[in-house]
Amino acid sequence: MSRYVVRRLLQSVIILLGVTFITFFLLYILPADPAQQIAGKSATPETIANIRAQLGLDQPLLTQYWHYLVNLLHGNFGRSYIQRTDVSSLITSRIGPTLYLMIFAILIELVIGISVGIIASVKRGKATDNAIMLFSFVGVSAPQFILSILMLYVFAVKLRWFPIGGYGTPQHFVLPAFTLGILGSGWYGRVMRSSMLDVLRQDYIRTARAKGANEFRVVFVHALRNAILPIVAMIGLDIGVFMGGVVVVESVFAWPGIGQLAWQAIQRVDIPIIMGVTLVSAIAIVLGNLLADLISPLVDPRIKLKR
Amino acid sequence: MSNLVRRLLKRKLATFAIIIILLITGAAIFAPWISPYNPDEQFMNGLSLQGSPLPPSHHYLLGTDLLGRDLFSRLIFGARTSLLIGILANGVAVFIGTLLGLIAGFMRGRVGSAVMRFTDLMMAFPALLLAIALASIFSPSLFIVALVIAMVNWVQIARVVYTQTISISEREFIEATRSLGASTQRILFKHLLPHLLPTILVWATLGIATTVLLEATLSFLGVGVRPPTPSWGNIIFENQAYFSTAPWLVFLPGIAIIALALSFNLLGDALRDELDPTQRGRS
Repeated sequence: MSRYVVRRLLQSVIILLGVTFITFFLLYILPADPAQQIAGKSATPETIANIRAQLGLDQPLLTQYWHYLVNLLHGNFGRSYIQRTDVSSLITSRIGPTLYLMIFAILIELVIGISVGIIASVKRGKATDNAIMLFSFVGVSAPQFILSILMLYVFAVKLRWFPIGGYGTPQHFVLPAFTLGILGSGWYGRVMRSSMLDVLRQDYIRTARAKGANEFRVVFVHALRNAILPIVAMIGLDIGVFMGGVVVVESVFAWPGIGQLAWQAIQRVDIPIIMGVTLVSAIAIVLGNLLADLISPLVDPRIKLKR
Repeated sequence: MSNLVRRLLKRKLATFAIIIILLITGAAIFAPWISPYNPDEQFMNGLSLQGSPLPPSHHYLLGTDLLGRDLFSRLIFGARTSLLIGILANGVAVFIGTLLGLIAGFMRGRVGSAVMRFTDLMMAFPALLLAIALASIFSPSLFIVALVIAMVNWVQIARVVYTQTISISEREFIEATRSLGASTQRILFKHLLPHLLPTILVWATLGIATTVLLEATLSFLGVGVRPPTPSWGNIIFENQAYFSTAPWLVFLPGIAIIALALSFNLLGDALRDELDPTQRGRS
């Protein structure tokens, strides 16, 4: 087990190194020149050359990449071209809101997903089951921005129950967290349903029923305990999905997290910030996958740790 | 094949999905003939006296947008963009994914693990963030958007094809073909690929849904398909300032996007049930 963990950790580090490499080169072969961007349209060639030298943009790409890596190891993500501050401090100031949003969203996903999954499995083949499955399909087929706008329209503009965007009070959490939670719950619901169906087919469930346990006890005491395990591993993968999609929801709800930071940086070609956020997201994704891989065997002893 | 279609038509949801897909495809193909107006024409009477979009009426069936253009016509032409990118981007992704998955699964060893480690790497990328960054950096055109989406989406298919290839190439008939002296190329494309087709078909169908959603999201953020070319995503992008006063401008294209993505997801799921009985009833 511990050898496996060490190997997976090493693998994760290599993957992250690959991520830095690809992001660096993708973003540096781009046609937009950051020096031009900073200097403005009317700048003289000398000014631009000066800025390039200041930022180290005149050095060979591999040298720049090497400097970037060395700095990363010192916890230095570079300086924003436009905001003139350290990327690491920008990210630290923005990561909190994103994490809180993630925690609330995942909690909502779990509550909705697990309950509809159980209901669907118990009512298998009936109208309720079909309706729930259709809902879960709509959940994976609806883009986040559309549900975001719908939530804003209904609950902020028409009913005025919640603020239209921003951050600070508990009310601000409701709309973005539910947007993410409702969409994500479709996925959890489907996994929960199929896991419950698997478990309900097992011999020990039949035994429990034969012993005369009532249906409620069979479902919630005997079946749920085992059926819920795949869900636990899914949370790890879900962190990755969340980090991928956070840009959209944060920009619609004016949520001051790293997604919004990335979106603002993309619009201004502020490469150090884009790279920093990409890297932080990649770290979250890799850790999430690692978590899922490590939990799976605990959850189901038939899965052996290998590779 | 006709047998498969018949079996699909026995499923209510799959039938519903096929009807929606045919309707939208029909609208896309015959757009110039069925759309009531030129989608780019800005009508003098297309805005209210205050200069805001008009609500649905018998004149403009679904109302007009912020520039006084007919929304219904733009939605019909937008179907072209969505489907074109859906098919183009997904086609490229399926091609790359299948090829790499097939080669990796067949060669295994160093090549195989190199390809698979590369897919691990791609999986660690925040895909949407990457797509947004790339799309905004390269001045967006329909073709670039399709390419960016393909770059992000081939990974899943490569992994599925890889696993399938490994399990099929261990079967006896492949061993038999090899011992008869068939060339690698022949084994790959004449014997392995046909067995992979059901899997590829399923994932290609599901992939169109993903692609449609990604295009819509990129266009909504203003880094996808550029106006005036109508796309369901950029119609929402252009009109979002009016979402509280003219909500149909945002929600009608939204419904179109969901309907198309939902249909391809439902169809893909039904195909999986029909083609791969071991996966029946799973997610």
